[in-house]
Amino acid sequence: MNTTERSKRQKQRKVLLMGRSGAGKSSMRSIIFSNYVAKDVRRLGATVDVEHSNIRFMGNLMLNLWDCGGQDSFVESYLTNQRSHVFTSVAVLIFVFDISSREAAADLLNFASTIRALHEFSPNSRVFILIHKMDLIPADQKSRVFQQRAVEVRSTCEDEGFLEQQVDFWATSIWDQSLYRAWTQVIYFLVPNATVIERMLQKLAELLDARELVLYERTTCLVVTHITRGSEGQNPYSDRFERLSSILKTHKHSMAKHTGTLASEVSFAEMQVKTGEFMFFITRLTENTNLAVVMPSDEATFNAARVNVQLARQEFAHLDIVEKRSKDAARFAGMRDSLGSDDIASKGSEDEEIAFARPKDR
Amino acid sequence: MRTLFGENILSPSPTPRPQHNPFELLFHSTASAASSNASTHSSPNQHGWLTQHLQAQQQAERDAADQTTRQPAQHVKRKGHPKLLFMGLRKSGKSSVRKVVFEKLSPADTLFLEPTPRMERATLQSFVPIETAEIPPNAPVTAPEFDHRAAFGNAGAVIWVVDVQDEYLNAIGDLIQTAVFLAENYPRVNFEVFIHKTDGLSEEYNYEAFREVRQRVQDELSDLGHGDRSVSYHQTSIFDYSIFEAMSKVVQRLLPQLPAMEALLNKLCSTCRIQKAYLFDTSSKIYVATDTSPTFLRDYEVCSDYVDVIVDIKQIYGWQKHERQSQDTTSQDDSVGESLVTYDRSGDTYIYAREIDE
Repeated sequence: MNTTERSKRQKQRKVLLMGRSGAGKSSMRSIIFSNYVAKDVRRLGATVDVEHSNIRFMGNLMLNLWDCGGQDSFVESYLTNQRSHVFTSVAVLIFVFDISSREAAADLLNFASTIRALHEFSPNSRVFILIHKMDLIPADQKSRVFQQRAVEVRSTCEDEGFLEQQVDFWATSIWDQSLYRAWTQVIYFLVPNATVIERMLQKLAELLDARELVLYERTTCLVVTHITRGSEGQNPYSDRFERLSSILKTHKHSMAKHTGTLASEVSFAEMQVKTGEFMFFITRLTENTNLAVVMPSDEATFNAARVNVQLARQEFAHLDIVEKRSKDAARFAGMRDSLGSDDIASKGSEDEEIAFARPKDR
Repeated sequence: MRTLFGENILSPSPTPRPQHNPFELLFHSTASAASSNASTHSSPNQHGWLTQHLQAQQQAERDAADQTTRQPAQHVKRKGHPKLLFMGLRKSGKSSVRKVVFEKLSPADTLFLEPTPRMERATLQSFVPIETAEIPPNAPVTAPEFDHRAAFGNAGAVIWVVDVQDEYLNAIGDLIQTAVFLAENYPRVNFEVFIHKTDGLSEEYNYEAFREVRQRVQDELSDLGHGDRSVSYHQTSIFDYSIFEAMSKVVQRLLPQLPAMEALLNKLCSTCRIQKAYLFDTSSKIYVATDTSPTFLRDYEVCSDYVDVIVDIKQIYGWQKHERQSQDTTSQDDSVGESLVTYDRSGDTYIYAREIDE
């Protein structure tokens, strides 16, 4: 089989979302993927059996999200009669621990049996452990409690045969941006061509002379990747990407409320913020993603950057194509060859034209 | 950074302004606030945040604000700084309102506030330095031994907070007593009533309560011969934007510069074909002036949210400035901040915000 067919198949990723009943799985899922506001999740009832959602992310990644009900009877059924059906070919297991639960030992046992089943059928999958409802812990005890729980869970994972690098821990809460941080990591792991995207973005950043580029998905406002250049690395806000996610998400909700449309349909064409210290703009990059660009405070480079991003869009469109038949794919490849030598307008006073380089593995 | 408008955008003001050039507003930042307050005739390079809204509106009634400038005879001449006095029964929500609006406390955290034991004063450093004070509920305000002059002598407005979720009928008695007292002794002080805690109750109930309070106070005052005193009523709740809207209106009534600012905003809106413009104070998110087209709470909400977005982004990426400012307090910054959001492909601007002062 040729590479297009194989890569098409690989773009379906199965993600299991498991945890005890009431841990917060459906709440997280609805906030991130269904545009709920944190307050709305009170409306959600217990999930019955498995809720499947197929979420298209970045156009070529199909997330097959299995939100598995956490009540004991359902868990029993997953571990016994549905065992192979549930646990085969899993790319990622996201297990949610409710930190405020009083039955920590039972939670751990539950987790151990789930992991055991997972290891039987998908030993190479990645496990993300989310220690959820961290807002209920007083601030001074947060890290201690988190570390404690992480150590216990990690030893359980090792017992069941998962290597250290396959397991990741995150403290989350739906009331702040930590939720976005954890899910960003999950998504980043799942996006198939993350390194290719980063290389192209790095080149774009050099051309624009941008301080930072942030690529995020439009509907969920999750940051896919970012490029930081130069002195921006000293930015004291190391959690700025998830902050940006939550700022943009709230903005979407407020716009939706104002224009009377649904939050999922609202999206802006461009947003600009200019101050004496930096200039910032967000614009569409591909059909499913937006690019946020932070520039130094100079009107000329800012406007040149805006134009350059417009021109760069067609190169990035390749990363995001919906599955095409092989005929179309071939035609597209031909078009791309002719576009490959396009020049992008140079900024400001430079006279030479800068050619936009193509990634090498295409 | 070059500004979009030239220097002569500021047409000469129609009325003589007492102290401030209205385009010289203070953006409350942690480093320097009071320094720019003093200068009077500034160049257009000193600014605050002006938020403009470009969507189609429907016709509606606009509250007629009481815009008489005060020339107080009996009490101390105010220097143009609004002073607000909060009164009301215990647990009616006075401290919550003060803290949520002026000190940016999250509404959910107001559950943990303690009852206020004694009179508290606070000042908000901003475009218009607003002083607020709160009188504890059991202070015998109308009794002769209470020092009225200290409390009410300087006040611009007295805000009485009525808790509509509690037995508000009891509150009305005290309210009327205070209203009568003020009407007799300090007729120049604006009296405002907040029908507070309207979240969580049905719209009809709120409206009923609102009407009843208004009716009874009006009746009492006219019985005693003060029927011409204007008292304004607002339905508020700290959990949505109604409290900010009400505070904005209260503060606007106390600003002598209001007509001038409104005239300028009107001119701006007609020249640039802007549907709605708000002059926001960024720290407290109350709007100091708006143009005279019909006002909707929805527009105010979206502009207020947008100001939040801008402030957050500015904080995240403007970190170098904060570090620099802590070392060098004499830096001069001539640049102007502005921001816009475009919502459709045709490129028409949807919301535009401009910083008026830093």
